Amino acid sequence: MIEMRGVYKRFGEHVVLEGVDLTVARGETMSLLGPSGTGKSVLLKHINGLIHPDFGEVFVDQQAVPLLGRKELAKLRKRIGYVFQFGALFDSESVFENIKLGITNEDHAGDEPYCRARVGECLNLVNLPPDVAEKFPADLSGGMKKRVGIARAIAGEPTYLLYDEPTSGLDPVNADIIDALIEKLQGELGVTSIVVSHDVRGSFRVGDRVALLAGGRIRMVGTPHEMRESRDSAVRSFLERDFGTPTTT
Amino acid sequence: MADEPWRLSRAYSVPVERAVYDPRRQIGRWTLLAATHMGRFSNLVVEMVRGLPEWRIWVPRTIDQAAHVGVGSLFIVMLTAAFAGGVTALQAGYQFTGSIPVYFAAGVIVQSLILELGPVLTAMVLAGRIGARYAAELGTMRVTEQIDALESLGRSPISHLVIPRVVAGTLMLPILVLFADLTGIFFGWAAARQSLAITNADFVFGARYFFQPYDLWYSLIKSLFFGLAVTIMPCYMGFSAQKGAEGVGRATTTAVVTASVLILALDAFLSQVLLL
Repeated sequence: MIEMRGVYKRFGEHVVLEGVDLTVARGETMSLLGPSGTGKSVLLKHINGLIHPDFGEVFVDQQAVPLLGRKELAKLRKRIGYVFQFGALFDSESVFENIKLGITNEDHAGDEPYCRARVGECLNLVNLPPDVAEKFPADLSGGMKKRVGIARAIAGEPTYLLYDEPTSGLDPVNADIIDALIEKLQGELGVTSIVVSHDVRGSFRVGDRVALLAGGRIRMVGTPHEMRESRDSAVRSFLERDFGTPTTT
Repeated sequence: MADEPWRLSRAYSVPVERAVYDPRRQIGRWTLLAATHMGRFSNLVVEMVRGLPEWRIWVPRTIDQAAHVGVGSLFIVMLTAAFAGGVTALQAGYQFTGSIPVYFAAGVIVQSLILELGPVLTAMVLAGRIGARYAAELGTMRVTEQIDALESLGRSPISHLVIPRVVAGTLMLPILVLFADLTGIFFGWAAARQSLAITNADFVFGARYFFQPYDLWYSLIKSLFFGLAVTIMPCYMGFSAQKGAEGVGRATTTAVVTASVLILALDAFLSQVLLL
């Protein structure tokens, strides 16, 4: 379970998070919506300790993330797959090497036949052909990079998956493919996920619950149905902005 | 509006009290910035020491980096040393003709190359070639979240990226300096033969007359320090890069300038400590 209590974060004079409270239950997929620049990615990076809060608490499986030592944090991170907004693939390494770095179990990481098999398996899970393994990130399209990023995140068989804008910058067809992939992985791996996005349609599709981050706080959390029915002005304004009219999908 | 002159500055987002240059504020900012860099740099060094036991990760990468640094830099290092040796011989010839025994020129050529020109010029070449590359590579990895990605996989970016580069550079620089010394002395001899009436026997006599084995040790010890300077500073600058391409450019420039100044400062310091 992921739990955030009163998380406050600022960079210089700019206050990004002003007391965020959020709980994600085991096995749940939470979509985190919000306009660009409201701190969705910053919030996500608190969960695996890439950013520490100025105040407040972040718990993953009852472990206080900001208080973890170097080794404990590394151990926790191996259970959390993180999909970066722009892929963050290591551009001097092949796709195979990129995904292999995601195999976080040290006993397996040195076992070459296991790594070959696992990389093939992960590529298959994200609907990419095996020959992609020999390519370099520069040879891949935007959608393929995102999928390789997902393959790297799942290679270590994580308990949690954090997606940072997995569909941003993609055309609607590729965005649908990624959304379908997130749904499929959710079904096959049974992981607890948080999907950060400003794409309302995709978020409603993949999320068991949806949270709206606005003004540095979680404005509302609810099922997609509850969000659609909400009378909250910020929620309505955000949903209307995305579709032009209140969403019914 | 006319009764409220402060509104004018508000309109341009510059409060009146801040528009006046205050040297105390500037000194305060510089002090804070220097303290921040000192803290971050110390943290990097501590993390490097803590990462040393993870030798399974950094040793194979160090070998790759050493090949890049060593083989890749050999030609330019030898070329620089060849010119340095040749020019030293020509200038020695110009200054010594008719007044000082010619074998003194051999001593000057060999000693200048071993004690000063070999290590300093090699380090300067590497500051430009390797320092710029390290800062740009790590800076790009920082701004494209590749370093965050490594951390998010529970891996140490220090063991994967910094230790291999620093160890490879520090170990390869003395080896490159040896090549530079030999090349410089060879081209110094060739130029001296052309410009001075010096025989081979005189050259060897002059070189051996002034040479002490400690000079070579001094050259190599100095090179180790230079190797550390031309790798650790660029790695730190690259690691601290922010704000996209502009940030990477700034980190690269700062890395090369800082490493070059550090080489000169270390040169002066080590001469005091090791020679006097």
